[in-house]
Amino acid sequence: MVVSRFDKEQILDILATIPDPEIPVVNILEMGMVKDVVIGDDGYEVIITPTYSGCPAVGMITADIRSTLEAKGVVPTTVRMVYDPAWTTDWMTDVAKKKLHDYGIAPPLHSSCNDEMLDNNTITCPRCGSERTHLLSRFGSTACKALYKCDACLEPFEYFKCH
Amino acid sequence: MTEQQALYKYSLRLGDNALILSARLSEWCSNAPFLEEDLAVTNMALDLIGRAQAMLKYAGEVDGNSKTEDDLAYRRGERDYYNNLIMELPNGDFAYTMVRQLFVSTFELFFYEELQKSTDATLAAIAAKTLKEVKYHHLHAKDWVIRLGDGTEESNRRVQQAVNQLWMYTGELFEMDGTDALLMKDGIAVNAEHLKMGWIQMVTQILALANIELPADGYMQSGSRMGIHTEHLGHILSEMQYLQRAYPDATW
Ligand SMILES: [Zn+2]
Repeated sequence: MVVSRFDKEQILDILATIPDPEIPVVNILEMGMVKDVVIGDDGYEVIITPTYSGCPAVGMITADIRSTLEAKGVVPTTVRMVYDPAWTTDWMTDVAKKKLHDYGIAPPLHSSCNDEMLDNNTITCPRCGSERTHLLSRFGSTACKALYKCDACLEPFEYFKCH
Repeated sequence: MTEQQALYKYSLRLGDNALILSARLSEWCSNAPFLEEDLAVTNMALDLIGRAQAMLKYAGEVDGNSKTEDDLAYRRGERDYYNNLIMELPNGDFAYTMVRQLFVSTFELFFYEELQKSTDATLAAIAAKTLKEVKYHHLHAKDWVIRLGDGTEESNRRVQQAVNQLWMYTGELFEMDGTDALLMKDGIAVNAEHLKMGWIQMVTQILALANIELPADGYMQSGSRMGIHTEHLGHILSEMQYLQRAYPDATW
């Protein structure tokens, strides 16, 4: 039986040091990927949810959680993935959205996605703030982002899609 | 057939659809018309791989013989695959791939909308996740079909040809068998036949915008519910499964 030397708050603090592998300016808590931490009699369980079902970062995030917690002595730790309820960009914190913007990625526009708004958006350029932008491709460097171009400063940029 | 066996088969079918279409879309990697499209098609393939992984993992759990999603993907022969035939057809030209994507993603819009209400919590959760992704696949395919159909004489001809050729594979999407009937009793499976009207309406509307004529209803190809496939599936599997067959249990 494990003596629970760590409480949930402490574990969440450690998890907040783990960056999202694909967008390293935000951590996995800010992305809303960590659903819960369960402290049981025989160890710790971190429950996560994938942002996108095919997200290749999930394997890396799972490994990062285990190794980071182990390094701090939080053992044994298991990571469990749940699909329900499905991850939504609504769970991204405002801090995360601000960080995305400063990083050059336009953050998801709406607090909640309705179907009409999936595609007919005015996306503001994260570099110059212009609203004169147009969609280049609905899928960017990763499935969660779309590719836009700014008609004012002419820079291409990514938009984190509503999900 | 017990409910457990039916659920196993149902999850396999949904996993196989995603896995095989994903394999086909991946073939466009570095071959799409331009770079952004390369990214788009492969990102859709990635969504599908994720869905396949979740569905096959669940199938393995339901089966209870400690088969992983990898075992199920790499160690089944073609007669044990239950994907719809439309998924395995070779890509053809880009218009053909996008018309298929339109037919499939439109079906999936309706299907996963219903499956997220399934009484099976796992299927419902995967469905809710899938639906969000399918909406983007649908928008993408729809844009392309309209753009090409309403484009030049040549691009219109190619879309029309793809529609004509693929039409006879669309009937199978709505087919149901004993597996569906058994699972529908407890609200686990979707009544696919009920989705047909909505699908036809939406597809008709989009094809009209693309100046494409709807084919007359004729013979519909069938077989996948019993594991009977076109000659193309074996070729996909021989490539996909080569490593696990040549070097069983190989790991990174
Ligand atoms: Zn700009």
